[in-house]
Amino acid sequence: MAREILNVSDLKVQIEEDNREILHGVNLSVGEGEVHVIMGPNGAGKSTLGSTLMGDPRYHITGGKVNFLGEDITGLPTDQIAKKGMFLSFQNPVEVPGISLSNFIRTSLENKTGEHIRVWDFKKQLAKTMEVLNMDPSYAERDLNVGFSGGEKKKAEILQLLMLKPELAILDETDSGLDVDAVRTVSAGIEEYKKSVGGALIIITHSTRILESLKVDKTHVLAAGQVVADGDASMVEEINENGFEKYVKEGEDS
Amino acid sequence: MKEKAVVADIDRSMYDFRYDEKDAYKVEEGLTPEIVEQISKEKNDPQWMHDFRLKSLETYNKIQVPQWGPSIEGLDMDHIVTYVRPKDNKMVKDWEDVPTDIKDTFEKLGIPQAERKSLAGVGAQYDSELVYHNVKDEVAAQGVIYTDLESAMHGEYADMIQKHFMKLVPPTDHKFAALHGAVWSGGSFVYVPKGVHVEIPLQSYFRLNAKGAGQFEHTLIIVDEGAYLHFIEGCSAPKYNVANLHAGCVELFVGKNATLRYSTIENWSKNMYNLNTKRARVEEGGKVEWISGSFGSHVSYLYPMSVLAGKDARSEFTGVTFAGAGQNLDTGCKVIHNAPNTSSYVNTRSISKGGGISTFRSSVVVTEKAKGSKSSVSCASLMLDDISRSDTIPAMDIRTDDADIGHEAKIGRISDEVVFYLMSRGMSEEDARALIVSGFADNVSKELPLEYAVEMNNLIRLEMKGSIG
Repeated sequence: MAREILNVSDLKVQIEEDNREILHGVNLSVGEGEVHVIMGPNGAGKSTLGSTLMGDPRYHITGGKVNFLGEDITGLPTDQIAKKGMFLSFQNPVEVPGISLSNFIRTSLENKTGEHIRVWDFKKQLAKTMEVLNMDPSYAERDLNVGFSGGEKKKAEILQLLMLKPELAILDETDSGLDVDAVRTVSAGIEEYKKSVGGALIIITHSTRILESLKVDKTHVLAAGQVVADGDASMVEEINENGFEKYVKEGEDS
Repeated sequence: MKEKAVVADIDRSMYDFRYDEKDAYKVEEGLTPEIVEQISKEKNDPQWMHDFRLKSLETYNKIQVPQWGPSIEGLDMDHIVTYVRPKDNKMVKDWEDVPTDIKDTFEKLGIPQAERKSLAGVGAQYDSELVYHNVKDEVAAQGVIYTDLESAMHGEYADMIQKHFMKLVPPTDHKFAALHGAVWSGGSFVYVPKGVHVEIPLQSYFRLNAKGAGQFEHTLIIVDEGAYLHFIEGCSAPKYNVANLHAGCVELFVGKNATLRYSTIENWSKNMYNLNTKRARVEEGGKVEWISGSFGSHVSYLYPMSVLAGKDARSEFTGVTFAGAGQNLDTGCKVIHNAPNTSSYVNTRSISKGGGISTFRSSVVVTEKAKGSKSSVSCASLMLDDISRSDTIPAMDIRTDDADIGHEAKIGRISDEVVFYLMSRGMSEEDARALIVSGFADNVSKELPLEYAVEMNNLIRLEMKGSIG
């Protein structure tokens, strides 16, 4: 196996609001450059896992550990985790008036590298990357996600992924709510990330469309807050045909 | 676990520096006919102004302090110095000739630099007197007058001033308007002739340096038929542990089909009582645009009023108010629709933090004459913690059926979801919160010239600093 970059062991997570436990001891190991797919029924805790890895303070880690690039990042603030090279593509990216998409990405890059980036070089790189994603160049100067369509928001997430070049990207239902063309574009963006950055991916998804052009290394089924099955790429197909039924039952039995 | 703490001390050193005033000429503390006489003599008033001042003082003594707003008990008029003239003051047209202390002050505030870069003219007031006034030659050549009110009272525009001075804001209006009428000093007179379009803004900057003093500048702007002007007003003061008072008065006359944009970034120190009165009268087809950023002061009462006097006259008010610890800022606006087809548009944001109180108060009056008029008032507030407060008090008095009136109010908090999103790209929590607040206030920053938008965002950043533990 490739060098391990993420190790999640026995992760238990409560939601801040009502102290309900959502994840009941999740284990996961991701190697350098690997593509992992996490599937599972609604409410299984998939998004919670993604947000928790990214340090969302609305979820409390009550047990277990998260190790990223050889460091224990359990309980670290989100910005620190981001700077270490983790990225989360949000299922519903929020609208942030007051900063343009372009300035936001540049600020993020500067935060990550700690270095000043020349505007000219940056703009050139940004324009090139937006082209890959079929994004209208005018979006660069628009306020972050404000008034973007669902598809444009997801593209803007992938644009950030390509510009920030993280070691690990978690894509939370990036394909949900997109039409066929948009899924294709987003997939092309993810391929580009694999090719040019070579980072690892955790793809949380309900459908297989986004996976068509990717080589999947491992598949995990998350049900009722636990990983109930692990498999290879073929498992995606299998679930696609038969659904989660058998895994969910297994999950409930244990 | 992270914990959020509120830290009251903010580094305001950028605005907080102050200079010695020991050589300045001052009148005694408090208010008596003798003091008013003394100011009048000092200013070489024409007779009518001398009489106006004394009559205003009588009015002042008869009117009660307003009881409906934030408390101004900390303001003891017996100890406010109403007139402070900087040492060796005379108004000059060259920054080099301004006394060193004062020049340093304005340089630290970036005023001469701004003038060189982006302004058509600048006036700078230090305590009670203007120390600098200049207008670019090409603007002067268009016939634009931009000068101090005192000298204008004796010159070519003497009649015009007498005809307009405190006609929109009469001294009988409220106690502090009366006070203003009695002791006003400094400010600006602007006249833009018919059809003249002033391409770049004029600016006045007011700096109150003296401890325990009041500033009572009067701004009178007349924009004639079809003309255009953007006027910017900035203010700041160092912090003292005694009360300072600002009771300025702004009167704007917007002629037929003329447009006046009046922008203010107010950043008084937090011992200031800001009891300012601003009013505009707009003739047929004319338009007044108010852009207002209120950040400083201990207590503010500020409600710029637009009187839409001619048909199709318009008023737009865009404002943001930021009340931090120890601040009670009561701001908003008033509009009187008194002619057919007039329209008003109000869009404000208020932010409160660290126990600050921010109140939005508006009044829209549509008279029987104002058939076919439209008014839209929208205000949003953001509270940054559980100890701050935000209130909305909109009043409407509509006397005709034929009017289209809308009002919308929103109150919210910073969304944890947005903070998390920004942090997930490597932004610190403090920066994320400051960005969200700047974004919330961008209705105003988008309307300001770039330099001022940057200054405003810096002020927000300053206010937000140290808000995360």
